[in-house]
Amino acid sequence: MSGIYRQEDFFTNNAPVPGELQSLRSITPVGGVVTTSLDKAAGWARSSSLWPALFGLACCAIEMMATSGPRFDLARFGSEVFRASPRQADLMIVAGRVSAKMAPAVRQIYDQMPDPKWVIAMGACASCGGIFNNYAIVQGVDLVIPVDIYVAGCPPTPEALIEGINLLQQKIAAGAPSPRDPKEYAPEVVSDPNLGRVQK
Amino acid sequence: MTQTSDESKNNPEVEAIPTEPSLLDLERFPNVRKSDFRAADGTPTFIVPAEEIVDVLRHLRDEGRFTMLEDVTAIDWYPREPRYQVVYNMIALEREKVIRIKVELSGENPTIPTVTNLWPGANWYEREVFDLFGIDFEGHPDMRRIEMPDDWDGHPLRKDYPITGKRRAAVPANWLRLEGRSGPPQTN
Repeated sequence: MSGIYRQEDFFTNNAPVPGELQSLRSITPVGGVVTTSLDKAAGWARSSSLWPALFGLACCAIEMMATSGPRFDLARFGSEVFRASPRQADLMIVAGRVSAKMAPAVRQIYDQMPDPKWVIAMGACASCGGIFNNYAIVQGVDLVIPVDIYVAGCPPTPEALIEGINLLQQKIAAGAPSPRDPKEYAPEVVSDPNLGRVQK
Repeated sequence: MTQTSDESKNNPEVEAIPTEPSLLDLERFPNVRKSDFRAADGTPTFIVPAEEIVDVLRHLRDEGRFTMLEDVTAIDWYPREPRYQVVYNMIALEREKVIRIKVELSGENPTIPTVTNLWPGANWYEREVFDLFGIDFEGHPDMRRIEMPDDWDGHPLRKDYPITGKRRAAVPANWLRLEGRSGPPQTN
């Protein structure tokens, strides 16, 4: 839906989705007042400026770099600012296989990110272990942290990652609830996701 | 070590590769013998008793000018005995020669003297062999795991170590998720 909205549109099914609020600048008869729910405004703001944390673990990171590069240009979707500090990021793109030794670091960086925060599991390895069904690789990063979007591929193309980010933006704008944190319902799995450490 | 002795007999090209036994003075070390196997790349290979490994490597470094310790690794021949082979690859840069020294070990907790006194760079190689094969290097200054987590159970590159570890069954990844994928568990 696009074009000029009138004030009565907000009380009908024609209400604009949050991403289209910019066009309200061109409304002449309303007089500069926009009414919306706080959740919609916050969802629009959050979905339009996702800042990912740098978390390239394996070959998927190459595709993630290409995604933010000039050819595929993730900046079109307001998400190009990769931050080296988790304190400044609200999206973690787990790009690659997570080893049993890396899993505590993944969890720590996720815990250091301020709320609200989201996670994309990029590629087969981060989603389910991929071809590495062995002692060293965690069988999916959702055993350690809650995952919002799974992007398939080995590795996924930049277009696939962009679609995953777009899906996440729609999810945020719609106010969908976050997935459950595995630390709540399976803390023993979070501390030892591949069951390889010495039992005490 | 992909060649078996039968294959090398039937393969005239492999048979033609010289092994250069002159690289190691076998009269000085009577307990050292040539390997029964012949490497496909022609690297001369010798098998050394564990207690003589430091003397042999010092002799090769000082007299044979094999100054560069290229690699220390190991092989598990389970269930054959002796089960383990520790492998030292060395290069004489000036002479453009290579040599391979093997030590055969057996038992559940095999031990071998360290060579970090000869090459400090052997430190991390030996830690890796200890981490993955459980071979203990006597006299090593820092005998800790290097790749697996410190509290890991077992040595993964041993042939009798299960591929998915000792406590996790070798099942598809979805079977591990009794709670379902991320999100509230299904109720019905």
